[in-house]
Amino acid sequence: MAVVVPMSLREAVDALAANPGALVLAGGTDAMVEINDGHRRVGHAGSPEVVVAVDRVAELRSWTLDPGGSRLTIGAGVTYTELMEEPLASFVPALAEASRTVGSPQIRNAGTLGGNLGTCSPAGDGLPVLSALDAEVHLAGATGTRTVSVHDFMVGVKQTVLAPGEIITAVTVPLLDGWQGYSKVGVRNAMVIATASACLAVDQPTRSVRIALGSVAPTIVRAPEAESFAAGHVDWGAGHVDPATAGEFGRLAAAAARPIDDHRSSAAYRRHAIDVMARRLLERAFRGADPT
Amino acid sequence: MNEHYVLHVNGRDHEVTDAWLGESLLDVLRERLGLLAAKGACEQGECGSCSVLVDGDLVCSCLVLGAAAVGRAITTVEGLTERGTLTDVQRAYLEAGAVQCGFCTPGLIMATHDLLDRVPEPTEMEIREELAGNVCRCTGYGRIIDAVQQVAVARRTGAGPA
Ligand SMILES: Cc1cc2nc3c(=O)[nH]c(=O)nc-3n(C[C@H](O)[C@H](O)[C@H](O)COP(=O)(O)OP(=O)(O)OC[C@H]3O[C@@H](n4cnc5c(N)ncnc54)[C@H](O)[C@@H]3O)c2cc1C
Repeated sequence: MAVVVPMSLREAVDALAANPGALVLAGGTDAMVEINDGHRRVGHAGSPEVVVAVDRVAELRSWTLDPGGSRLTIGAGVTYTELMEEPLASFVPALAEASRTVGSPQIRNAGTLGGNLGTCSPAGDGLPVLSALDAEVHLAGATGTRTVSVHDFMVGVKQTVLAPGEIITAVTVPLLDGWQGYSKVGVRNAMVIATASACLAVDQPTRSVRIALGSVAPTIVRAPEAESFAAGHVDWGAGHVDPATAGEFGRLAAAAARPIDDHRSSAAYRRHAIDVMARRLLERAFRGADPT
Repeated sequence: MNEHYVLHVNGRDHEVTDAWLGESLLDVLRERLGLLAAKGACEQGECGSCSVLVDGDLVCSCLVLGAAAVGRAITTVEGLTERGTLTDVQRAYLEAGAVQCGFCTPGLIMATHDLLDRVPEPTEMEIREELAGNVCRCTGYGRIIDAVQQVAVARRTGAGPA
């Protein structure tokens, strides 16, 4: 086994070009669990031959706002703790909310957005936010760079379009003008993987409502019918939604879910949870002039 | 990188010579360097008993690749004070009865120092949320929360040495 610790993106890409089968290690909060587990069960045989530890690649650890201030590019190595801090928390409030639900301080100090994408679990808490925001994912490899929509990046449960030797460098999200938030249900309040989750993001100028659902399909799914229903039925002028509209929005969002029964929950409960979370998120987004 | 590397732990360089490169920092600390404060239980980041600081950040050492921590400043409970003395947090844990079997205590001491450095006067809810990554099977957490609050009060009123 060999461990490479590149300090720049160039070095990281070169190391991966030389070892396309290498494991990219960021915060290690998913990958080290596998390494520890493989070691326990199969000795060193289950381990990667080369590890490229990218946690000191400066380009991956930073973020930039475009000159117009409308798009934010977040390095793949930015941690959940950093996403919860200002100014990032104000730029993308839903991402800060989602980050706060991830694991514990220990996990949030190490775990990164790029690692959440790399793992591509349907329960990854960063992913519904990226989906609701139509994020772009930037990739780099020996043959150059490419940018893919997050919707195309996620292929299936723990499956992505990442090619061998390719690295996620960053994601770009728009800074929307409107309320956004994240909601998650699990078996307890902390240190828990989502049974079901949802991110709602509103853009006032374009009068659009986006909702993305986690843990209820092989990858994150959007609920387009719920989105267009909400856009057409909320009171944009007063910033208000009536209970019947919110209720129908919840039902339409739940109808977009394709959940399964598994050891964590039943499909029926997951669908119900989406119904309730979607309704409450819309009510929080459109609570009118009432200052409470 | 060959199978020989140097880790900077508690202000000193330590040579790691006989480690498999896939070993977690936790295993390197315990098995190679003989630093036994950080404990291994779940080895999947759930229990927090292996918590240490890496470049000032509280992390689970079981989820850090030892060989990738070269050049980082690593702090374990052994490095918090001079040998034979206790920090205010350690004393408060003893005084509040927050230590029973003691297995989780080193991780909780690290997490409590980290919490109080960031949030000097946490509410009970904040303490519960911030310490959610440290599992204790004995105390039921009540006395742990008491201990954290005692340190916060003592530091504010200057009642105890910092
Ligand atoms: C106790 C515990 C609790 C957790 N709780 C949650 C939770 O509540 N919600 C949640 O969503 N997740 C949770 N996780 C999972 C994990 O923390 C997240 O998925 C995290 O985002 C992974 O990031 P990382 O930097 O640690 O990735 P790593 O473990 O370093 O890598 C994960 C995968 O992504 C790949 N990868 C990482 N970075 C890149 C890159 N730049 N380019 C290409 N591939 C890359 C790796 O090769 C690997 O396959 C938890 C994990 C633990 C141990």
